[in-house]
Order: sequence, then structure tokens, then C-alpha cells
Amino acid sequence: MLKEITLGQYFPGKSVLHKMDPRMKIILLTVFIVFIFLTKNYISLAIMFVSVIFVILLSGVSLRLYFKSLKAIIFIVLFTSVLNLFYGSGDPLFQWKFITITQAGINTSIFVAARIIALVLISSVLTYTTSPTDLTDGIEKLLKPLSVFHIKIHEIAMMMTIALRFIPTLLEETDKIMSAQKARGADFESGNILERIKALIPILIPLFVSAFRRAYDLAMAMESRCYHGGEGRTRMKVLKYSKCDYISLIVVCLICAGVIICNIKLPITLRTGM
Amino acid sequence: MHFIDVDRVVFSYENEDNNNTKVLKELSLSIGKGEFIALLGHNGSGKSTLAKMFNGILLPDTGDVTVCGMNTKNDDTLINIRRKVGLVMQNPDNQLVASIVEEDVAFGPENLGLEPSEIRIRVDEALKAVDMYAYKDHASYKLSGGQKQRVAIAGIIAMQPDCIVLDEPTAMLDPQGRQEVMDTIVKLNKEKNITIILITHYMDEAALANRLVILDNGKILTQGRPDEVFSKVELLKRHKLDVPQAAQLAYRLKSCGFRINKLPLNAEECVEEIAAQLK
Amino acid sequence: MSLLEIKDLSFSYGVGTIFEKKAVNKVSLNIEKGDFIGIIGHTGSGKSTLIQTLNGLLKPTEGQIILDGHDIWENPKKIRSVRFRVGMVFQYPEYQLFEETAEKDIAYGPKNMGLSDSEIKDKVHMAAGFVGLKPELLKKSPFELSGGEKRRVAIAGVIAMEPDVLILDEPTAGLDPNGRDILLAQIASYHREKENTVLLVSHSMEDISQIADKILVMNKGRMFAFDDTKKVFARGEELESIGLRIPQITKIMIELKAKGYDVATDIYSVEQAVNEIIKLKKPDRKG
Repeated sequence: MLKEITLGQYFPGKSVLHKMDPRMKIILLTVFIVFIFLTKNYISLAIMFVSVIFVILLSGVSLRLYFKSLKAIIFIVLFTSVLNLFYGSGDPLFQWKFITITQAGINTSIFVAARIIALVLISSVLTYTTSPTDLTDGIEKLLKPLSVFHIKIHEIAMMMTIALRFIPTLLEETDKIMSAQKARGADFESGNILERIKALIPILIPLFVSAFRRAYDLAMAMESRCYHGGEGRTRMKVLKYSKCDYISLIVVCLICAGVIICNIKLPITLRTGM
Repeated sequence: MHFIDVDRVVFSYENEDNNNTKVLKELSLSIGKGEFIALLGHNGSGKSTLAKMFNGILLPDTGDVTVCGMNTKNDDTLINIRRKVGLVMQNPDNQLVASIVEEDVAFGPENLGLEPSEIRIRVDEALKAVDMYAYKDHASYKLSGGQKQRVAIAGIIAMQPDCIVLDEPTAMLDPQGRQEVMDTIVKLNKEKNITIILITHYMDEAALANRLVILDNGKILTQGRPDEVFSKVELLKRHKLDVPQAAQLAYRLKSCGFRINKLPLNAEECVEEIAAQLK
Repeated sequence: MSLLEIKDLSFSYGVGTIFEKKAVNKVSLNIEKGDFIGIIGHTGSGKSTLIQTLNGLLKPTEGQIILDGHDIWENPKKIRSVRFRVGMVFQYPEYQLFEETAEKDIAYGPKNMGLSDSEIKDKVHMAAGFVGLKPELLKKSPFELSGGEKRRVAIAGVIAMEPDVLILDEPTAGLDPNGRDILLAQIASYHREKENTVLLVSHSMEDISQIADKILVMNKGRMFAFDDTKKVFARGEELESIGLRIPQITKIMIELKAKGYDVATDIYSVEQAVNEIIKLKKPDRKG
């Protein structure tokens, strides 16, 4: 049940994407996301979508897992795109009582759905192919300049590492506590919203208590292993840009150039910003 | 000077009614290099508190703990003490910091500020020492309890310590996991000459040590070689502690007229003793 | 008619995915009222899955569980009432405590059953008595109690539902020898007084041998043995061959027998062993 959540999981592998420097992956992901939202017509949208699919195939991670990550957001996609369907100015294509659907509305809803899906897929590629430690390492290095403003980058990165490490443990624990309370007759399935929220108390309190106990133990374990903050700390894996990073950079630049050209040269389908 | 000296240590916790409960009462203990010590005693006897004294996680109220002459109260040498004395705790899930096995093992050496290439060598060696090298790029949460605990031990070994303190490392494991962890501990003691301080409730594990130290109510009740300590069956029973069945059997047979030369601690020794009598 | 009939029970995880794994494979057995059954088997043998199907936490993929003549899944909407009749204490149950006081926590199950306040009060005190919790502890927050006391509050929380079948998964895990002995004695006296059915899962054969009348051995999802305690221990060598750890004392007897001494091997207490070995010695003395 809860164990099936794939968000934030890492699947070891030997693909080009696995070999890339996490810093480059984060930068390119950001660029990708920005350009997904810059697409202004179907051709540029198609360019981005094909690129996303190409990257997915390159990752070597089972397609099943990508579908799984989509399943989790299917409601959000449907909800927002249906909502957008009814908002659009222009000549109505279809009218029934107060419902009006315009060509612009259809365009917006397709764009919204496609953008969310592309966003989730490309983000999944990053987490699936990058180990949590690499990911936080990359973020730490990229944000390093911010320490000029006295932001504790190392501490933030360490907290992320620990959070990622404990997500599966706490999910498993939630499952166990749920079973134990069910065995005592807890009912999570019936009742109105208020009753359902109340029914969660027997799960949330033990979970918090356990999280604190684990935090206390972990702090002790970290101290025992000579942890004393980020100062003087070295890393086993040193981040280094390699050939595949530069190639990826060039490829992404070309894709972006394609999107810009399509946006400029071809008629714009989407006028509403989002 | 011994490797570790615990000198008249007093320690008390403040409980919720603001009363002080004395957990350790002027306890003194010396530990030599390469020893394998088992600390026994029921819950509340102070053994877990003592375990956290060896590397300065807890500091004595009065009295001193010194490791290689360094006092745990001295902040300047605390890191040096911790790289010499590692601590492995009961719950394997709560002591792994990173999600991937080898990255977790690297955590300690990284804190020591070693060169990346040196860390790599130590991580590989440590994982081989606990027989977990094949799992180096696995996600730690998917491992069995015994495997997780061995990764935790590897994380300590990678700091190349002289001593490992293990606080009930097998309490949450199944028999197979217990066996794996105990085999690892014995191997580290024999092959790498690492001092082992093992806290346990299992008498068959304690029987593997060179010296048993039994704590009761914050003090040392008795200590000695396993066969010496386990021969005090009445004393142990009185303090609600177990004795291995082999030792119990020999003790009972002795009172029925059998001559037992050396107190057996495991099945093989016991069978030999009995067979010698029946010839 | 048996209290609990398990018929051709199979359970698979992740049905229909590539991760499909059969955890329990065609298990059939009958549990009578008043039985005290020890369940052993190593991690992954299917014992945890098996017990979770018994109170309807997991729905079997094949086969039936018949409680008092009725399939427990006859009416899936009523599965909650099955959980009150088949009470389950999970491993490390102290981690499920959540109420302000120990008393309220023990009352959680009975309250879910919809009992009246006075009934709940009676049951809470009855349950607290069985696990030896002093009345003054009941008013305390469960988080202030010691580890052993917490464990007993959690067990009382299930006993308070007065289930016909009480299932305990590794109730003594992590306790010290004294705490373990006390808890096992309390479970034994609960079983004696209530005359109901108890299923106890444990890795420790020593514990099970002391307390259970019958033993169910699980191996690779299948039932390896289900018989009286003494008869199961007579198969000590077989148990070792499937990777179970038999008590040291049983091992000693098996090895003595292997050396050619005429001793029984269905032995699981020091007392029994002493009697067997003394028999060998006696003729020796006379001669």
C-alpha cells in the first residue's frame, strides 16, 4: 500500500544519466522545466515532450515505474485540465446552460495537462537516476554561493539526506501502526471527514513519538561517528563534470533553441500565461 | 595505564518528578587492548549508560573515564576518543545516516576529513570485513536486520577504531541475523584484534567473551572468565539472570554425583564432559 | 467443530505484478478452543503473514478461514467484528500507544467495540490485572512508563477486548531474561484462567517449549509440522536441517544419542535432561 510510493526513490543503474554529475542534472532539469512552461504552440510542446520521452528511455529505468509516478498525480492532472476547459475567451465551440467551451479553453487544458505530466516525468528521471546522497551533494555544491548570506547550506543538505533516508522507514512504520490499530478495531474507511481525521490520531501520535525516538538515536549515532558539522568534512565521491555532462549540456541547449525558434516562427496557440 | 579506565564513576538521571536516580554508583572497571568483554545485567542495571560513557556520549557526574590516557571530559580530545571507540546501538534502522550502503559506511571517514581515495579504500575494506561488500550499492532500508547491523558495524570499522562498544546489537534480530552479527564480532576480535565490549541479554553470546562483567544496580556484581561466572548459578539466579542450559545441566549433574572438570558453556563441551563421565 | 479452521489457505503479495510472491502456500489446520499453540519458523517462512490472515488484516488469495463455523470473509463489511474475536498483539506493541493515560489506551479496543462505560472499565481492570499492571500506573501517561510496562499496557489493550483467540507476535522480543519470564508466566496464567486459545509466535524455541501444548512449524510458506510439543521436539534434527535453532539442551541430547548413548531426544528442559542422563549412570554405580 504505502510501500508502493515511488516518489523520491532511487534505482541504481549504469545508464549515461546515472553517470552524469548531479549538479549538471539539477541545472538541466531546471532549464527543462522552465522551457516546458515556455512552450507556446503544439510544435514546441511536441519538441519538449519527445525530449522527455527520449530522456526516459535513456535512463534505463523500467517504464512501469514512470507510469506509477503518473498514477499518483492523475487526479491533479484531470482536475486542473477540466477546470481550464471552461475558462477561455473567444467563440464558443459548445454551449450548454452556463457551460461554455472554446477552442482556447481546449488548448489551455491540453497544455496544462501536458506540462504537468512532462514536469513529473522529468523530475522522476532525476530522482530515479540520482542517489539521494548525490542529489543533496549536488544541491549543496550549487547553493554554496548562498553561504555568503549566512545560509547554512551544509546543514540543509544533511537534513535532506536524513529525510530521504528515513522516508521508507517511516512509511513502513506507518503501515505497521495502522495494522496494529486496525487489529484493535480502528476504522479508517467509514465516517465523515471529521471522524476520519479523528481516526488518524492513533496513527499520528505513535508515529511522531517514534520519529523523535529515532532522531534521538540517530543524533547519538552521528556523534559517535565523529560528526561535528560540515567543517573539515571531506567526501568519498568528489563531483566532477565529465564528457557526458558536456554532451548533455549541448543537447539540451539545442532543444531549447528549437523551442525558442518554434515559438518565434510559428503562430502562437496559447495566449494565456501559465 | 589500561586501554580504557573507568574510575569511580557516578551518574544519575533526573526523572520526571525532579528526583535524581543514581544509575552508576562509583563503578570502576579497566579494559585491556584486544579484550572481548560481555556486560550483562537486567534492564535498569546501568549497562546501557555505561556503554555511552566509553566514547563520551554521556559524561560522569563524578569520577573519570579515560581512553588511552585521554579523559572523555576533555572536549579537545573527544574526536580522537570517538575514532578509537565506536558505538553500535540496538536498533539498526536508527543508526544508518545515508540511504546507500557504501555512502553510509563512508560517513565516519568523511567526518574525519580523510582524502577521497583513502575513504574509498577504507569503505571497501570495512564492507569486506563484515561480508557485505556485495551489497555496497544497495539501498540500506531493503536489507535484513542482520545485514543492516553489519553495515552499522562496517561504518565504525571504516574509522579504524581500537574498540567497538555494542549495545544489545542482536536484541531486535532473528536467530539468523544474530548469528551473522556474532560471527562478525568474534572475527573482528580475533583477526583484527579489536577490543569488543558487548552488552547482551543472551547468555550464549556472552559465553563467547573472554571476560564477563555482571552489573547490578549500578555496581559490578561479579566478573571473571565465563566458566567462572556461570558456575555461580545460585548468585545469577538470585539476580534473575540466565545461565546457558549446558552450564545448568552440568551444575545439576554435579549435585547428582557427576564429576565436572570444566564448566561447559556450549553443547559440544557439555556432551564431552558427560561422555567422559559415562565411560 | 473446531474453533478456527484454516482450509487450503494461500496468500500472495503483489498479485498481478512482477513482484508477486507467495508467502503462504496451501496451509490447512484446525485450532481447537483452549489450545496453546507456539508458532516457529524463520523470517520469511510465512508465519507473520499467516497470523495476519487469521484476524482479517490480510485477505487470503485462496482458501478459507472459518471461525465458529463461519467464513470470516462471508461479509467483508463485518470484518471488524472478527478482529475483536481474534485479538492480535504485534511485535513491539508498545510503539502503538497513543492515549493520554495507560487506562484510556487499554480502553481503545473495547471502546471501538461499542461497549458501555462501565463494561469498558471492568474490562480494562481485568486486562490490567492479567498483565500485572498496578492500578496507580493506569493513570499515568503511557510514555512515562518503563519499556516493560509499556509492553504490558499494549498487551492489555488487546486482552481487554476479551478475544476468543489471542495471537502474540514475538511478545518477549527485546526484554531481559527476567522480564521475559514474568511475561510468559502472565500469558500462561491468562490462558489457564480464561481457558481460551492462544497463538504465540516466537524465534525462541526455549520460550515456546516451556509454554505451548502444540507447535506449528512453518517453512517456506508451507506447514512443516503441527503436533504436540513433545512430538515436534522429537524431530529436533529435522528442525535443525531447515535452519531453526533448537534449544541447547535438545542439541546436547541429540549429540549424546549420536554418540551411542541410549537417551531420549524429545527433551526441552534441563529437568528432563537430568533425569535421562541419571538413568544412564545408575547401573554403572551398582556394577
